Amino acid sequence: MNPGNGIVDSHVAVSIDGREVTVPQGQTILAACTAAGVETPTICWAPNLTPVNVCRVCVVELEGSRTLVPACSRPAEDGMQISTDSERVRHSRRMVLEFLGSANDLSQADEIAEWSQHYGADARRYAAELAADADGEPEVALELVDDPVRIQDDLYIRAYDRCVLCYKCVEACGDDAQHTFAIAVAGRGFDARIRTEYDVELPESACVYCGNCVAVCPTGALQFRTEFDLRAVGEWRPDDQTVTRTVCSYCGVGCNLELHTQDERIVKVTSPEDHSVTSGHLCIKGRFGWQYVHAPAFEPPATDTPASESTEP
Amino acid sequence: MFGLGGGTCSYQEITETDVILLWGSNAREAHPIFFHHLLRGLEGGAVMYAVDPRRTSSAEFADVWLGLDVGTDIALANTVGREIIAQGWHDISFIERATTGFEDYAASVEPFTLDEGERLTGVPAEAIAEMAHAYAIAPTAQILWTLGITEHHTAVENVLSLCNLALLTGHVGRRGSGLVPLRGQNNVQGGGDMGALPDRLPGFQALADAEARARYEQVWDCELNPVPGKHLTAMFESMEEGELRALYVIGENPADSEANVAHARKLLEGLDLLVVQDISLTHTARMADVVLPAAAGWSSSEGTVTSSERRVQRVRAAVPPQGDARDDVRIIGDLALRMGARWSAVTAHELWDELRVLSPLHGGMSWDRLEDSGGLQWPCPHDDHPGTEFLHTWLWADDLDGHVPAPFTVNVHRPPAEALSDQFPLRLTTGRVLDSYNTGAQSAGYSSPIRSGDAIEVSPSDAAALGVSDGDAVRVSSPRGSVNMEVSITDRLPAGLVFTTFHFPDLVDSNLLTNDAWDARSGTAEFKAAAVRIDPLGSSPMGSGTARSGPVGSGTGRSGAAAAAGGAGG
Repeated sequence: MNPGNGIVDSHVAVSIDGREVTVPQGQTILAACTAAGVETPTICWAPNLTPVNVCRVCVVELEGSRTLVPACSRPAEDGMQISTDSERVRHSRRMVLEFLGSANDLSQADEIAEWSQHYGADARRYAAELAADADGEPEVALELVDDPVRIQDDLYIRAYDRCVLCYKCVEACGDDAQHTFAIAVAGRGFDARIRTEYDVELPESACVYCGNCVAVCPTGALQFRTEFDLRAVGEWRPDDQTVTRTVCSYCGVGCNLELHTQDERIVKVTSPEDHSVTSGHLCIKGRFGWQYVHAPAFEPPATDTPASESTEP
Repeated sequence: MFGLGGGTCSYQEITETDVILLWGSNAREAHPIFFHHLLRGLEGGAVMYAVDPRRTSSAEFADVWLGLDVGTDIALANTVGREIIAQGWHDISFIERATTGFEDYAASVEPFTLDEGERLTGVPAEAIAEMAHAYAIAPTAQILWTLGITEHHTAVENVLSLCNLALLTGHVGRRGSGLVPLRGQNNVQGGGDMGALPDRLPGFQALADAEARARYEQVWDCELNPVPGKHLTAMFESMEEGELRALYVIGENPADSEANVAHARKLLEGLDLLVVQDISLTHTARMADVVLPAAAGWSSSEGTVTSSERRVQRVRAAVPPQGDARDDVRIIGDLALRMGARWSAVTAHELWDELRVLSPLHGGMSWDRLEDSGGLQWPCPHDDHPGTEFLHTWLWADDLDGHVPAPFTVNVHRPPAEALSDQFPLRLTTGRVLDSYNTGAQSAGYSSPIRSGDAIEVSPSDAAALGVSDGDAVRVSSPRGSVNMEVSITDRLPAGLVFTTFHFPDLVDSNLLTNDAWDARSGTAEFKAAAVRIDPLGSSPMGSGTARSGPVGSGTGRSGAAAAAGGAGG
């Protein structure tokens, strides 16, 4: 058998906030936290991607370790004593969330907003200037990333003012799933952005429009065009949406699709991350090829005359 | 194969296997999410050999690309088989225990020396030897194929020649090893499983089997005709002979998808009655006497489909059908009622329960189990059976579990039915691209930024010889017809080979060119090998600024190629 896929069959015991749990060897502290019923904030981690541990919001305190360790990527080892809610952990997580909020528009990052509230993160502490308005309320002037939304096709948009550089899109486009490598982080510091090669427009890049980057984006920086357009007119209503699991209508691989519908129309297509066939990833046809379902079905095409002739008598 | 009509492996196994022979398949574009599994296998250390006349986007991921000449698959497989035997790499104990016909097979491949293989296929002898060695000695290995194997006039023999290699080396019936035909449509596996084949009953049971037939007759309360029906190609032959006069077409667009399509259209036009049931007004539907508008099966109705790994999964209604469209099951049920039949099972759930009684392969797949799980793989004979990851473990049982040994077959190399000539000196092969699908009934409905339309792909040396550049208008002609197309130059093709898709029949009627010579056993036409000629058209008549125009919905207009229309086919 292919040696790269060996299966380990032993377990390790770790203590999470004083509670003993057992997880298979090779699993992470994050998995142990989940097993212990402890919720952990994550931004750059996803169950169907390899952790790049750049966001540091999942850090925990490990006894004997000088620094906090990222739960999402540190393998659990036998006998580890882990604290997830110490002042040091809370402080660190709060700082991470505040730094992100101080530089990016996180208005569509619902999960990050919940955790920010949980940890009392207040990005306004980092506003460039604070002045009192007429009512005596402090006015904040955060210096946010300023990058115009990029709308280059009908399938998805890129709004990098919302991008926290979590690398998930890069990983999904790269060797974690799609192996297309159309995007990477370019630039340094405040100018660092996700870019196509030479920053060419998306249709000219290597992108094959699988939309797997959009599916893993935690902030809405990458957004399906349907969602973007509905949001623009105030009609994106997640609470009115239903999700139906079905099977893609194209090739014979059998990818399961989650059809997100609103007002009896498909508005988004995803795939379950725990589905054995897709691990949550799709191709352009499965992700975007549904629109004919809403087309006027029995209208003949504009032309009936092919550019051709036959030798048939 | 070996009595069951399905691929032997699960997708998971391609991530664990050691050697992959991807043969006549551009899975990177035609089965993209399966290819994700395959890539995990490569990352884990698997070695891949891609056998394809084109250096496809799949072949780019291979360790070795074997660019064989179109239609020489049997010659290549026989050469690989001979090399394995000559080097003594075959699994003699497996062959003796589990197979028959080895001596005849060995004698039949004896003339296929490496040098002869190179001469017949165009693949360097060293590459054939390397693939033979890697495949034979690997602990586990799989052969995967798609239409590059089956769309030939030697379709069945092509498949059998690959099966021989697995029997020679014991690469079947074990975890990680197997024979995998990737299915091209979301329920082509399920359609065959449910008896939509001329000689099969639901559950892939033989119509000729009187005992099986009797079980169906009892449940259906009727007498079944034991004479097999006709497959698609035989139906067209029958139309030609004037025997078949009425046709009921469900979810198929033969007026665009058949090889030598002008001929097919003429036959369809000559019918007394053509009924088409489809999700849109396809070319075939526009020719019909009666059109029955159908709901999209995957998004507006309940049921099941079966994938390439034999996984039965539920489809569910998420949106209401458009206009007057109705669920296929309901249309057929109502039609039966009008004809005086009183069917007891009329919903997808009821039909499924009936199938479970009649098909041992599906007996354990209750509707509830399918509802709860991510699908089940057949065979799944009883309620607590977990489903079957890989087939034919009996090949490794001492007494073969009572099975008849698997037969080697003798397969004769026959070149494509249509030879190249001075008049038609180029080989045309067709295939799919990533963002489009078949005749476009579905995929034309969305606007893809990477859509190129049906250009004719040409090698740099042929383009130079023709004096054409990217985007130039040309006339492509085969003995059956001519089509105006746009040139796309690519180094993925060797000299002498040209390629196109068939996704935009309203713009480019590619199937006017393809050859309807067909395989006598499967009825599959030789879409993969026609002889053509390319004539440059100069600056006219493809039109001016609409190069690379997309089809419906792209917003870039559809006037380009279509405006150049000569007479319509048929």
